[in-house]
Amino acid sequence: MEEKQDPPGAGRPAVTTRTMEIVVALLFLSLGGVVAFDSYRLGARWAEEGPQSGYFPFYIGLIICVSSIVTLLQALFGKAAGSNKNIFVERGQLRQMLSVLVPAAFYVLGIQLIGIYVASAVYIAVFMVWLGRYSRFKSVALGLAASVSFFVMFEIWFKVPLPKGMFNPLGFLGY
Amino acid sequence: MEEINALFHGFSVVLTPFNLLLMMIGIVLGVIIGVLPGLGGANGIAILLPLTFTMPPTSAIIMLSCIYWGALFGGAITSVLFNIPGEPWSVATTFDGYPMAQQGRAGEALTGAFTSSFVGALVAVVMITFLAPLVARFALQFGPPEFFSVYFLTFCSFVGMGKGSPFKTLAAMMLGFALAAVGMDTMTGRLRLNFGWTELMRGFDFLIAVIGLFGIGEILLSMEEGLSFSGKSAKINMKVVIETWKKLPQYWLTSVRSCLIGCWMGITPGGATPASFMSYGVAKRMSKDGEKFGTGQLEGVVAPETAAHAAGTSALLPMLSLGIPGSPTAAVLLGGLLIWGLQPGPLLFVEQKDFVWGLIASMYLGNIAGLIIVLTCVPLFAAILRVPFSIIAPIIIVICAIGAYTVHNAMLDIWFMLLFGVIGYVFKKLDYPMAPMVLALVLGDRAEENFRNAIKGSEGDLMVFFSNGLVGSIMALGLVLLFWPLISGMIARLRGAH
Repeated sequence: MEEKQDPPGAGRPAVTTRTMEIVVALLFLSLGGVVAFDSYRLGARWAEEGPQSGYFPFYIGLIICVSSIVTLLQALFGKAAGSNKNIFVERGQLRQMLSVLVPAAFYVLGIQLIGIYVASAVYIAVFMVWLGRYSRFKSVALGLAASVSFFVMFEIWFKVPLPKGMFNPLGFLGY
Repeated sequence: MEEINALFHGFSVVLTPFNLLLMMIGIVLGVIIGVLPGLGGANGIAILLPLTFTMPPTSAIIMLSCIYWGALFGGAITSVLFNIPGEPWSVATTFDGYPMAQQGRAGEALTGAFTSSFVGALVAVVMITFLAPLVARFALQFGPPEFFSVYFLTFCSFVGMGKGSPFKTLAAMMLGFALAAVGMDTMTGRLRLNFGWTELMRGFDFLIAVIGLFGIGEILLSMEEGLSFSGKSAKINMKVVIETWKKLPQYWLTSVRSCLIGCWMGITPGGATPASFMSYGVAKRMSKDGEKFGTGQLEGVVAPETAAHAAGTSALLPMLSLGIPGSPTAAVLLGGLLIWGLQPGPLLFVEQKDFVWGLIASMYLGNIAGLIIVLTCVPLFAAILRVPFSIIAPIIIVICAIGAYTVHNAMLDIWFMLLFGVIGYVFKKLDYPMAPMVLALVLGDRAEENFRNAIKGSEGDLMVFFSNGLVGSIMALGLVLLFWPLISGMIARLRGAH
C-alpha cells in the first residue's frame, strides 16, 4: 500500500492501476518464493512414511510464482500496459480511505495498550467529531454508550472476556 | 419416502420455543447485517460464531443459517431503495429495482424481490431435501483420492467459471492454500511457514480473513466512494403486496429459468453473485420486454433475486453432503460445524440426523418467517440506513475487532484482520477474487490431507487420481475447467478462422 499523505487534489491519480498491478504481482511472486523456499527447507520430497511436510506447500508456492509472473508480464507488456490512464485510486479518494485506515490502525494499537472498551469509546467519538462533524457532547455520549453496551453484552451477559490492554485502565471494575 | 419422514422429524426438532426464538432473532439480525455496508452474510456470521460456542449445535446452526437468509433478503432492501447493493449478489437487483423506486413503485419492487427470493430459496430447499441425502449416501464410498478429486473440481471451477484473469484467480486461491498451510502440519506435527514465530503456530484462521476481507475491506471501499445515502421511502401495505402477487405468476418462465441457474451455480461454487448477473442477463435476452430492462421492469427484479436466493441456499447442499462449501458464507457455517465438534462430510447424514434434518427443516420455516418479517418491517430496516455513515463505520469496525478477537482470544488476530482488510481493498480494486481464497483457506488442510493420503496409498504414483472411472472422470472434468479459459480461447480462434 502507498501510505504517503498527499496534498489536496481530487481527480488526480495517486497510483495508476498498472503500477498497482505490478506491485501486487511482485508481492505475490516474493510470497510464492518464500513459501516454496521454506517448504523445500522443510523437505518437499518423499520420506519413508509418505510425502514430507513441505511437499504440498512447495507446489503451492510454485503455482503462486508462475501465476504472478504471468500477471506481471501482462501488466508490463499487455494491451493496457502502455496507457497510464487507468487510475487505481485518486488522491482525494486515497485521502478518504486513509482517513479510515490510519485511525483504525491506531485503534487496534489502542486495544493492545488500553483495552478494547476504552479504545472503542475514544475511537467512535473521535471518528464522529473528525469525519462526521458532530458535536463533542453527542460523540462522546455515543462512544460511551456503545462501549458500555458492549461491556454489558460480552463481559456480563455472554461471559466472553475481551482484551483489557496492557495497562488495563478498567482493572478497578474487577473483570 | 424416507426423506419426508426425516424431514418431519426435523420439524419436530426445530419446533421448540427456544429454536423458534433463535430463528426470529437470526432473521432480524440477518436483515440488519444485510442492510448495513461492511457487514454481510459471511462476516456477520463469522463475528457471531464465537457467541454460539456454548449453544447446542442444532440451535446454533438454526440461528446462523437464519442470519444468512435474513442477509439474503436484506440485500434487496438497500438495492431497491438506495441504489446501493448491501450485498454483492444484489447488484443486479439495482438495475431495475431502483428505477422502480424512483417511479414510486418501491413497494411493488420490494414485494417482487422478496417473493421471488422466497420462491428461489424454496425450490433450492426442496432440492436439498431430496438430493443431499442421495449425494451423501453416494459419497460414503469415497476414499481420499475421490475426496481430493472433488476438492480439485471445486477449485478448478473457480478458474473455469470466473470472469476475470484466470491467473489472478489462481494466485488468490493459492494464497489461501499457503495461508492454510501455516502452522502445525496436521499429519506429521511439524511446524511450517511460521519462521520461528510461535504466535503463528495457530495458523491463520479463515474467520479472521473473512472478517477482514469482507468487513474492513468493504468499509474502506465505501469510504473511498464517499457514500451519501439518499434513499426513496417505501410503503408496503397489503394492497400493494396482493396486487404485486397477482402480477408475478406471468413471469413463471423467468422464475423457473432463474431457479435452475441459481441451483446450478450454488452447487458448483459459482455462488449467488454470478448467478444473479447471469439470470438477469438471460432474462433480458429471452424476455419479450427485454429492451425495456433497466427502466423499472418487475421481471428484472424477479430474475436476479430468484437466482441469488436459489444459489445462496443450494450452496449448502455440497456443504452438508460432502463437507465442501459452495460459497464463503457456507464456508463459515462449515467452520461452525468443526467448532461445535461435528465432522462435516457424508457421515453427517448418518451420525447427526437431528442436526442435518433440523437444519433442513429450519430452512423451510426460516424462509417463510423471513418473508413475513421483511414484508412487514421494511420501513424499520430502511431507517437503519439513514443513520449516517460516520456513526455506522466506526461501530462496524469495533464489532469486527471484537469478532476477530473472540475467535481465538488473540490480540494478534485483530492486527491480521486489519491486514486482511487492506488486502481485501486492493484485491477488490484489482479484480482478484476473494471467494476462492477464502474457500482454499477453509479447505486447504483437508485437501492436502486427502492428497497426501491418496498418494501415500499409491506410493507416490499420481495416477491414483485416474485409477477408477469415478475419480478419473471428476479429475478430467476438473482439468477441463482448469484449462477452460485456454480451451474457449482456442474455440473462438477456430471459429474466427472459418
